[in-house]
Amino acid sequence: MFWGTRGSMPVALTAAAVRKKLVDALDGAIGRDLDTPEKVRAYVDGELPFNRAGTFGGHSACVQIVPKGLPQDQYLLCDMGSGARAFSAEILRQRAGRPATYHVLVSHLHWDHIMGFPFFGPAYVPGNTVILYGCHPGLEAGFRRQQDQPSFPVPLSVMRADIRFVALAPAVAHDIAGCRVSAKLQNHSGDSYGYRIESGGRTVVYTTDAEHKLDDFSHTEAVVDFFRSADLVIFDAMYSLAEAVSVKEDWGHSSNVVGVELCQMARARRLCLFHHEPIHDDTALQALLEETRRYEEISRQDHPLQVVSAYDGLELDLS
Amino acid sequence: MNLSDKRYSDVRVAQVSGRVDHSGAEAFRLQLWPLLRDCAAGRDQLVLDLSGLEYISSAGLRVLMLAAREVKPRNGCVVVASLQPVVREIFEISRFNLLFKVYPDVAQALSELSPAAAAAARN
Repeated sequence: MFWGTRGSMPVALTAAAVRKKLVDALDGAIGRDLDTPEKVRAYVDGELPFNRAGTFGGHSACVQIVPKGLPQDQYLLCDMGSGARAFSAEILRQRAGRPATYHVLVSHLHWDHIMGFPFFGPAYVPGNTVILYGCHPGLEAGFRRQQDQPSFPVPLSVMRADIRFVALAPAVAHDIAGCRVSAKLQNHSGDSYGYRIESGGRTVVYTTDAEHKLDDFSHTEAVVDFFRSADLVIFDAMYSLAEAVSVKEDWGHSSNVVGVELCQMARARRLCLFHHEPIHDDTALQALLEETRRYEEISRQDHPLQVVSAYDGLELDLS
Repeated sequence: MNLSDKRYSDVRVAQVSGRVDHSGAEAFRLQLWPLLRDCAAGRDQLVLDLSGLEYISSAGLRVLMLAAREVKPRNGCVVVASLQPVVREIFEISRFNLLFKVYPDVAQALSELSPAAAAAARN
């Protein structure tokens, strides 16, 4: 379940953008006999493209993984971007005061990946446990600092849940929330870590804020190994390839084209475009998805790769 | 992948054919680099005739970008021409069409870059 999918900073849908969706949808309805609620829903759900009927959303990175067999009082999340606030609001409503344990894999400490934590409701509730896992030596300091004055009025020490910070060693398998989790160092300013999460015969790779150097064969081989036969690769596709190798080289992000190629080499089953560029509107992101699917067709050899694009609220079933 | 070249006055035309995929990108770079020497020195310009190119991966596209970067300090110029439909799509999807001047064919590239080269190609 994707709670936040944007890169760098959250964005909001503007009134003008909502109006355009409405006008486009109503324009498309002219001449159609939409005289019942059922026909209206069929039109919206079946006729309108996603960028008109919905939105990719604007929260920064937060992804919930639900491994088969995970106890109902356990949750597994990747990153604590602003999407974590939406997650916590929903979970607090569902749990109605019952305590739970929240396992959070932290890719890195850049603000868009931790900014949801001060608004993470379960962390304020005694009886809950929040375990933040990461490979950065400054993991705890990074979380504490963003809630210190003058950045935020409520220090982390006020949070009444049992909050723990667990240092992970990369390239070693860890048992977290019933999953086999391994972390991999990635090219990003200040380093980031991708996570390979395996459980019940299914594998998810969460790899955001990662730049892939195309001339470094050993790097490519290591990444392909990390992605190998994954059921889902959640991939940083923030830039176009042209941007990623020219003006935005060494900015620490990747492209849709490289995502397709790495997943094809790794024989992954599904690629999910993630960490969307905040300047891209819904139309641009829809076009990016369609272009990526076309590139997958062009570059495909013997292994089909399904391509999807993350949006806030997307649920993917890997069973 | 194969690379061959011809010179027309102050423009060199290099024909690229076959596939430039991940494993072939380095070979492509090694063959292309000697052709950049005069261009990088500000003595000529380079047209890449891609009419025979069937596919180019991200690693191959990066070699093109490095070539453009190599010749830029002395105002050298690398352009591409005669892209097959699939390669044209790859340029558009990757946005390399925004990094490179793309010509429909070599003749148009020559006529815009150098009248002398265009005339030489006609003879």
